[in-house]
Amino acid sequence: MTKLLKYVRESQIWKSVFRHGYPDTPRNRTLAVLSNVFLHLHPVKVRRSGIRLSYTWCMGGLTFFLFLILTLTGLLLMFYYRPTADKAYEDIFALREHVPIGVMREMHRWGAHLMVISVWLHMYRVFLTGSYKPPREFNWNVGVILLVLTLLLSFTGYLLPWDQLAVWAITVGTNMARATPFLGHEGPGAALVSFGGIDFIHAGDDVRFGLLAGRFVGEGALLRFYVLHCVGFPLIAATLMAVHFWRVRKDGGISGPL
Amino acid sequence: MLSALAMLLGGGGEPVNDGPVGAAIKNFSNWLTEPTRYSIASILAVAGILYFRKFFAKVWVITAFFALSTAYFVFAFQDPNFNAIITKPDNVPIVILFATVIFFTWLSLRRAVINDERTKRGEPTLEGELAKQKVFTWPDLVYSELICLVLFTAGMIVWSILITAPIEEPAATARTPNPSKAPWYFLGLQELLVYFDPWLAGVLLPSFIIVGLCAIPYLDMNPKGNGYYTFEERPFAIAFFWVGFLLFWVSFVILGTFLRGPNWSFFGPFEFWDLHKLEPMVNVDLSTYFWVDLLDKPRPDNPFVREAPGIVALIGYFLVLPPLIGKTVMKKMVEEMGMVRFNVFMHLFLWFALIPVKMGLRWTVNLKYFIGMPEYFFNV
Repeated sequence: MTKLLKYVRESQIWKSVFRHGYPDTPRNRTLAVLSNVFLHLHPVKVRRSGIRLSYTWCMGGLTFFLFLILTLTGLLLMFYYRPTADKAYEDIFALREHVPIGVMREMHRWGAHLMVISVWLHMYRVFLTGSYKPPREFNWNVGVILLVLTLLLSFTGYLLPWDQLAVWAITVGTNMARATPFLGHEGPGAALVSFGGIDFIHAGDDVRFGLLAGRFVGEGALLRFYVLHCVGFPLIAATLMAVHFWRVRKDGGISGPL
Repeated sequence: MLSALAMLLGGGGEPVNDGPVGAAIKNFSNWLTEPTRYSIASILAVAGILYFRKFFAKVWVITAFFALSTAYFVFAFQDPNFNAIITKPDNVPIVILFATVIFFTWLSLRRAVINDERTKRGEPTLEGELAKQKVFTWPDLVYSELICLVLFTAGMIVWSILITAPIEEPAATARTPNPSKAPWYFLGLQELLVYFDPWLAGVLLPSFIIVGLCAIPYLDMNPKGNGYYTFEERPFAIAFFWVGFLLFWVSFVILGTFLRGPNWSFFGPFEFWDLHKLEPMVNVDLSTYFWVDLLDKPRPDNPFVREAPGIVALIGYFLVLPPLIGKTVMKKMVEEMGMVRFNVFMHLFLWFALIPVKMGLRWTVNLKYFIGMPEYFFNV
């Protein structure tokens, strides 16, 4: 057994992948982190205070992990889902009826709920430890935008099952846009945006219309939310996450007393 | 054993005879969770916990709290009304939210209390002591990440197998469900709709929350408390965030999920969601109070004259109050922060404070709007 392991470890294939020996010496432990594109998000050495669960609550890490779970399960769901008003409900229903012990939709739904919670708790922890203070002001801002994106991702996904819960929750949510000052047709100041007696802001062209691609939550809104949910927001979130993690490193690693 | 568990989780379809103690607990719960009392009780709770933090930071206190909550839940599960709302699959995360927020609040408070005591004795903080040591990412960090990840994934799979994701009836734009609720994480904002119009509760206030969060690092000039838990070195910041996050966000989400039923009427946790529950609409505009009650005249026709008292009150609140405070009680703060920071802070703070102010006025004098101009969709 040991012989076989030794043989594998010394083969050219193994050595072409791993450029270092088993990470049990300081040199190899350093190389393990440095020579791996994923692990090198981390520094080689970290402050012991910064990796205690009682300090970090692991919420930032869990949020990222949930994002990965949701990307994977979401990708699988996309194979079986058609974002049209007459097929969407049918496809989601079929996932439940025809797949024995199907957990992909469940993982996606519960994971999405949990991601909102873990993002909030991450923000809570960062606030309570004062980790937004200099030099981390900018990264806190990136985090706030990521928090908003998480909510938007969840909100756009909420519509996709196309059941009563989905449609009416989105109706309640997007009805708010009607009241946007100056830009919604029931918002204060909207009546002022007129020229020569012609109203520029009405139910057919205000912010809400832009969000929903229509006057109510219909086929246009479904497609719009689907594209934003599957492509638009994840791309922006992934980009900002890269910035977020990079800045954690650049601003001195996981926060700790100076 | 199993059947008992199944009965517990499945919820007794039959109303159980509670006996005097059970009935008293249920009546008290319904009474206490009425929105006014609920909000006042949570404000008192936050203030009390921060003031008596040394007591609440003790391990047995949180243990006792969770033990009692569990006992309460087991008791409450047998009630069909409570069971119906708490066991909705989509409400499971709210229970998780409740438990984790309380646990982590306790944990942070405990570490803050310990750190504050250490600082007083001149010792380094819990984090400060460990920060001197550096460890290799491999294995110390990578392994704990892996363990977290595996345990978490296992939990997710178990949860996903046990509880099927619900799907309701197909979308029908003609049939409005009652209540129609926004996604749960926006229920705090939907709760604000009781007190404010959509342009405030749904557009302006959320925007201010985002702007306000972004502004925090630039407004908080206190260099202390960076990288460790503390309360005494930044009491205002912590208390403010507690009020904002715990009271006006998390507790309103819980209120909106469990205690708001048809027509957004309030229902106690053990109350049946009756479609026909009526809540009297007795709210009165400030203009009515001013013209009709105070001056004993009919309200003027011109909306700007009619709403003059409210306009004056809000101009005073937003434009006169900040310089007044800046020149008097907060003079030192203005010097430290500079005019720009101080004004941004004051305006964000005043918008935030408008929420409890309006809630208080609604509960005490049934105030509907400071300014009520439905002609221009301008109601504050």
